[in-house]
Amino acid sequence: MSRQASRRGAWLAWIVQALLVLAVLAGAVWVMNHALEVLRSRGVRSGFDFLTEPAGFSISEGWLDFDASQPFWRAFLAGLINTVRAAVPAAVFAIVLGTLIGIGRLAPHVLLRGICTAYVEVLRNVPLLVQLLMLAFAMANLLPDPTEPVRLLPGVWLSNGGLSVPWPASGDGGWWPTHFEWPEKGDFGVSGGAALSPEYVTIVAGLSFYSAAFVAEIVRAGILSVSQGQVLAGQALGLTPGQQLRIVILPQALRVIVPSLTNQLLSLTKNSSLAVAVGYPELVSVANTTIGSNGRAFECIAIIMAVYLLLSLLISFGMNRYNARVALRGWQ
Amino acid sequence: MKNAAQGPIAWRSELWGSPLRALATVLLLALLAWGGFHALEWGVLNAVFRPDAEACRAMQHGACWGVVAEKWRPMLFGRFPYEEQWRPAIAVVVLSAVTVLSAWPRSWRWWLVPLWIVALLLFVLLMLGGVAGLVHVPTSRWGGLPLTIGLAVVGLALAFPLALLLALGRRSGWPVVRTLSASYIELVRGVPLISVLFMASFLLPLLWPAGWQPDVLVRVLAGLTLFVAAYLAEIIRGGLQAVPRGQTEVAMALGFGRWPVQRDIVLPQALRLVVPALTNSVVGTLKDTSLVTVVGLFELTGALGLALGGDPTWRPFYLEGYLFIAAVYWVLCFGLSRYSVWLERRLGEGTR
Repeated sequence: MSRQASRRGAWLAWIVQALLVLAVLAGAVWVMNHALEVLRSRGVRSGFDFLTEPAGFSISEGWLDFDASQPFWRAFLAGLINTVRAAVPAAVFAIVLGTLIGIGRLAPHVLLRGICTAYVEVLRNVPLLVQLLMLAFAMANLLPDPTEPVRLLPGVWLSNGGLSVPWPASGDGGWWPTHFEWPEKGDFGVSGGAALSPEYVTIVAGLSFYSAAFVAEIVRAGILSVSQGQVLAGQALGLTPGQQLRIVILPQALRVIVPSLTNQLLSLTKNSSLAVAVGYPELVSVANTTIGSNGRAFECIAIIMAVYLLLSLLISFGMNRYNARVALRGWQ
Repeated sequence: MKNAAQGPIAWRSELWGSPLRALATVLLLALLAWGGFHALEWGVLNAVFRPDAEACRAMQHGACWGVVAEKWRPMLFGRFPYEEQWRPAIAVVVLSAVTVLSAWPRSWRWWLVPLWIVALLLFVLLMLGGVAGLVHVPTSRWGGLPLTIGLAVVGLALAFPLALLLALGRRSGWPVVRTLSASYIELVRGVPLISVLFMASFLLPLLWPAGWQPDVLVRVLAGLTLFVAAYLAEIIRGGLQAVPRGQTEVAMALGFGRWPVQRDIVLPQALRLVVPALTNSVVGTLKDTSLVTVVGLFELTGALGLALGGDPTWRPFYLEGYLFIAAVYWVLCFGLSRYSVWLERRLGEGTR
């Protein structure tokens, strides 16, 4: 190719790219204008000014008290906090359960391997939404009334009114917890401790059980990636199987596990949006209610997307920092 | 970690090899026996299999499979007119047959593309009707299994070319194209599918000219396609990266142009490499179609709500209904994932 021709090619590339940018911008502007025009013609106002108006609906649970007279932005904030309140415990349970099942899938015991494999294959191949709806139905219809709760463990009661667990409380009304408060069964149900609503239990349990199946596969792949020689070296040094796992295998497996685990945590966070289907008031549910009450679909969806993008970025950032810590340093 | 020895003899030492193992065996056997006994008692021994609501209500501690015997047609076909339900049944068989045929590497030939087009046309024709003496059935009455499979298959088919463009765009030498593709992929992968479906169902109607309302099915399909394309693009990009750069350089040295290199040398190898990952993505898409019930389409999950929600006689037996559709999903997804494992092994044979 002559130099002149290649220069002409470079010019052409820049012209095409400039046209592409213009086309994308023009398309975006047209879409926005057209949408706003249609909205105006239907008498729907647009813009984010509604965020300061009173919401007119209340949110039944969460760390942030919210009633109908408070503005929309607080409703979205309460929804976001509820999302985090569901996603974080679900992630912790999923990682613990998934790691145990992943190790169990490689255990030198055929029954244990079989049970763990069955768990993974069953939960991975049924849609999360179906599992959540099934759990929600079971919670509401198959459990006894709050007056006759089932005792799962000492201090842990389950009924169709939700789950009660021991929770730290402060004796002197101060901020710092001094002792554990244990739920107790009375004539009208369980009191004391932390009372978790059936919707919350459904979403946390459903998300954890489902994600644990994927975490188990990631952990299994990570363990298999550690070379057999390392295990033999561990045996030669006289380490017990538990020590081999803890000192030799898992730290090295982490290098393979962490990047996939990051993907899994991202998908768990996004999956928490399915809570809208079981009535847990998280972000998407709040947005859905808002669209129903004032028709600001564009703004509400923009908020959902922006918040999830931000959460994704935060998780990626945190996990990448962690990855840099566990990654192999020096020679490779 | 993994035991090399397999089979009954290895199992015996695994089960009873040491006191600890024997203890674990006894505990696990007791657990399995306890669980298995309760499952058998609930699911088979005490269960009612007849479509008899009286018997179901009278029975204690047993499953009412009668709900499936009574309601399987609305569960599988939604609100499709009852006498016409042979049409969605055949439509599902046609799509499944073509899918199974395409799953066999030996049939990966040029004629697969026209075959798919014919199959999809036949699917739409059977479902929609209005020609050849078939009664017209509007898409609002489509539902159940044909909708689940149809959405997944058509969504994937439409998403694939888009994904190919995005993947090539992300590796393009043109910074603008690269940035646009990368931003699109990262944006879509960062948000939940539900928000994309909300966008499709609430916002797309605002963009169409007044007076012409696009069908809700078309809107949801558009949303699903745009979403799936971003995930497929990343898989294809992985394949493109795995093709050694030397191949491109050799082809260029031999005088191939930029596009022929991609079309004839890089893409065939890249796609072959990512077939197992694509199969996993197919499983994911099939499961994701269940979310369209949130925006008011009655695929399997939605059809179940439709079949049981409005019927006080059978509503108490929702759990059995859920187990039934969970089993349908499971068979489809487990089959696909087994296929993926088989294919990985088969494709691997050639390269090693």
